[in-house]
Amino acid sequence: MPSAISQPPAGQSAKSRTANMSPIKPQDFGYEQARHLLWRAGFGGTPQQIQTLASWGPTKAVDYLLSPEQVEFDKVKADLFDRDIMAPPTAEQRQMYREAQKAGDEDALAKVRLMRQERERLDRRQIAEVQKWWLKRMVESPRPLEEKMTLFWHGHFATSYRTIENSYHMFLQNELFRKHAVGKFDDLLHGIIRDPAMLAYLDNNDSRKGKPNENLAREIMELFALGIGAYGEKDIKEGARALTGYTFQDDAFQFQKNNHDDGPKTILGKSGKWDGDDFVKIILAQPACAMFIARKMYGFFAEELPPTERMSDRELPPAAGQAVRTMAGTLSKGWDLRETLRQLFLSEHFYSTRLMGQQIKSPTVLIVGAVRSLNAPARDLSILNDAMDLMGQNILFPPSVKGWEGGRSWINTSTMFVRQNILTYLLTGKKPVGYDATADMMKYDPMPLLDELKKADAAAAQDPGRVIDYLLKLCLGHNASYARQPLIEFVNSRGGSLTPDLVTGLLLLITAMPDYQLC
Amino acid sequence: MNREPAAFTRREFVSGLTLASAALCAPAFLQRSALAMHESMHGLSSAPGIPEDRILVVVQLSGGNDGLNTVVPFGSPQYFKVRQNIAVQQREALALSGSDGIGLHPQMTGIREMYDNGMASVVQGVGYPNPNRSHFKSMDIWHTADTSATGDGWLGRYFDSECCGQGKGESGKAEQNAAQDSGQGSGQGGGMAAIAIGRTSPLAMQGRMVKPISFENEQLFRWSGKEIHNALSDPYERINRAGAAETVDTDSNAAYLMRTALDAQLSSDMIRKAVAVRPSVTYPGNDLGRQLMMVAAMIKAGLKTRVYYVTQGGFDTHAGQGGAQGRHGQLLGQFSSAVKAFYDDLKSQNNDGRVLTMSFSEFGRRVGQNASQGTDHGTAGPMFLFGPMLRPGVHGEHPSLTDLDDGDLKFRVDFREVYAGILEQWLKADAKKILEGSYRALDVLKKA
Repeated sequence: MPSAISQPPAGQSAKSRTANMSPIKPQDFGYEQARHLLWRAGFGGTPQQIQTLASWGPTKAVDYLLSPEQVEFDKVKADLFDRDIMAPPTAEQRQMYREAQKAGDEDALAKVRLMRQERERLDRRQIAEVQKWWLKRMVESPRPLEEKMTLFWHGHFATSYRTIENSYHMFLQNELFRKHAVGKFDDLLHGIIRDPAMLAYLDNNDSRKGKPNENLAREIMELFALGIGAYGEKDIKEGARALTGYTFQDDAFQFQKNNHDDGPKTILGKSGKWDGDDFVKIILAQPACAMFIARKMYGFFAEELPPTERMSDRELPPAAGQAVRTMAGTLSKGWDLRETLRQLFLSEHFYSTRLMGQQIKSPTVLIVGAVRSLNAPARDLSILNDAMDLMGQNILFPPSVKGWEGGRSWINTSTMFVRQNILTYLLTGKKPVGYDATADMMKYDPMPLLDELKKADAAAAQDPGRVIDYLLKLCLGHNASYARQPLIEFVNSRGGSLTPDLVTGLLLLITAMPDYQLC
Repeated sequence: MNREPAAFTRREFVSGLTLASAALCAPAFLQRSALAMHESMHGLSSAPGIPEDRILVVVQLSGGNDGLNTVVPFGSPQYFKVRQNIAVQQREALALSGSDGIGLHPQMTGIREMYDNGMASVVQGVGYPNPNRSHFKSMDIWHTADTSATGDGWLGRYFDSECCGQGKGESGKAEQNAAQDSGQGSGQGGGMAAIAIGRTSPLAMQGRMVKPISFENEQLFRWSGKEIHNALSDPYERINRAGAAETVDTDSNAAYLMRTALDAQLSSDMIRKAVAVRPSVTYPGNDLGRQLMMVAAMIKAGLKTRVYYVTQGGFDTHAGQGGAQGRHGQLLGQFSSAVKAFYDDLKSQNNDGRVLTMSFSEFGRRVGQNASQGTDHGTAGPMFLFGPMLRPGVHGEHPSLTDLDDGDLKFRVDFREVYAGILEQWLKADAKKILEGSYRALDVLKKA
């Protein structure tokens, strides 16, 4: 028996279940669709933003989201963070250290070690600042898709500070992702083999002729571009040779000719004296590459798909398979990420009931989305950052090179509480741990959320039933009939008058609902 | 479910001991009364010499623990030849009585003491055919007990098979379960059969019916909205239940979320109460110690939990891993001191005989060190078992350091033989069905 949740929203035609990749018709694009687009292409929207996009229609709305560079926003300055904290010791410092060693000067040696520890401590502090800076940017950016794609690439080319211990390199990599957010995938893949953070994370800075380190070559094939099954162990070995000598000096890529193996190699059937960029070109020329990237993008923006090794492209559900193939077709003609996303965001399929409201929000989307769509104060970014960690997504510290698994893996009984409790914090300032005296007293005003309702019908904003319906639809995308009665009784038991505190109470209850975890 | 005469013990298993498992099959709203009804416990089985209410604790060492520097083969000259900078010297290693040419890493004094007291055993050279060197893949293989690394977790299948007579998940079509038949919402329920300490719940414990409870920190294991105003408490619980009772597509994300939310609500109070009790022994200040301290507190509180799962990370020692001193040694020292404190605590509770602990890592490391004074991903490695009920000593022979498979150790014991031993002898379960294959069960327990 279908429920309120799995039923198509009123007004949506039954054919949307079998929707395809042809463009959505303007008359089918309303509040629900605009809300869905804002959540998936960004981090949700306020009632006003949803109404605006709905009134624009699909083409203009998608164009707007896909053109971040046309929207004015702070340029990221390269000197935002200190680049020198983890700089390697100078020749002079190394010389002093050697002399101290030779002389057995324990005091001098201890001093050097202490300085090193101090710098590591400073760098750990700086990485926390980088995390908060990015979180703030996601919350504030008028170009949500730029940040959403940066988050996508961070999960795709997952690199962890825990391994590389260089906050400035993590920042540079984050900027690389932002730069190519909706650019060209081939540029990004060539960029990633020159990225200091990635080179350090996958040990390519230690890879040299005669002693190639296979890590980077393996992960490019397995996780970044092709997927298991599209290459052999020998291709990894040869690819690793091609990548030897690709390293970095300070904050910049460096090709060390002496360490590069310039002998002939055969990679994926192509023979030549390949270097790292040739290796990338050979991979980009594989048909598996466009399919792999399209599938990953589809999985992030549309609906979760099992990994390639568990379900081949051929076994995908027909609608998903068609969408992925269409997107791959676009990608293979010039790697244009913007056009690939446009195809998805404008498709009927993207707005089918199979997709809408069915995605489990990542911790980042949950928090950033709550702040943005409810107009809540972001309060203390450190607390938000801690909560993201507890929910399983410590940004800049992905658990492995595989990134975050996503989907249901975000959800267990403990993360469920963290998810509910961080919303309590955002809406009230009450910290999940600790005494009330430490509560953030910044008062949240929920009333502007009701403006759109008021505009349409002033009386409605006084009617508990209609306010509840309106808030449920804003927060969940549907009316959740089973929650309506308890919420109405709650309002009535508190006197029935919709004060700001009572509306906040309603939002606490609605955002604690399991469905609030979906978008 | 088994309908042979032996079914009686099985039934007791279901209705008595792991009543949380029983609750999994019951309608969600009956769980509370089910919990209340089963205050008096029946035993797991009447097998002589085996204590009732048995518990399994799994310690996962993540990242690929270097087995050769854990159980050190100092009797092999080859070991020193290929590990010039990181070898543990014979004089440093903690020799294991009753064995030749091997010893524990010098930081593992706690485990050596347990070994000497018959509380620890070592299974040497554990692995599986055609080893996979990817962390994720190999970890999934250990978790699913399946070399294709697909399907539900092995412990999840154990719970499923005990509870509802169902076999492996994802690979087969889900039958209608009891909860759905009875028209109620949750097939998962507020069961506390499986508890994992950690941010993510391990695949090993994911069954079709059973999802583990998992939490990093008990302080976060409750809804804080109730403390904003107590008027929020009642609607919160009502909506949670109404949502779970709503007959939704049980495979949907929405249904999954509803079940999880209800589980969270039901188990929160019990767990927080349990771990608030301070232990009578001092635990080391490391994270594994903290986790095992919580497990001991939950055992003491009498939670009806059959399997606990804890994790220690950081074993991916590609560079600068050290020998007797250094990073890898530190990790082993933390592991050893935490397990030792755990059993001291259990003994003071008089619960040590109920708890068998097993440690594993997704793979061992290469035999030779690499250019960065570390070791790369390898194959077989040792497993540890802890508890007073064990057949003590060293199982099997140390894998050869010269007869190698492309520079890697050849495994001697398939990890599923260890699983089979634990399932059959300790948990009295049908190992063949759960592991979906016949494995020679390792003799893990002392002869009665």
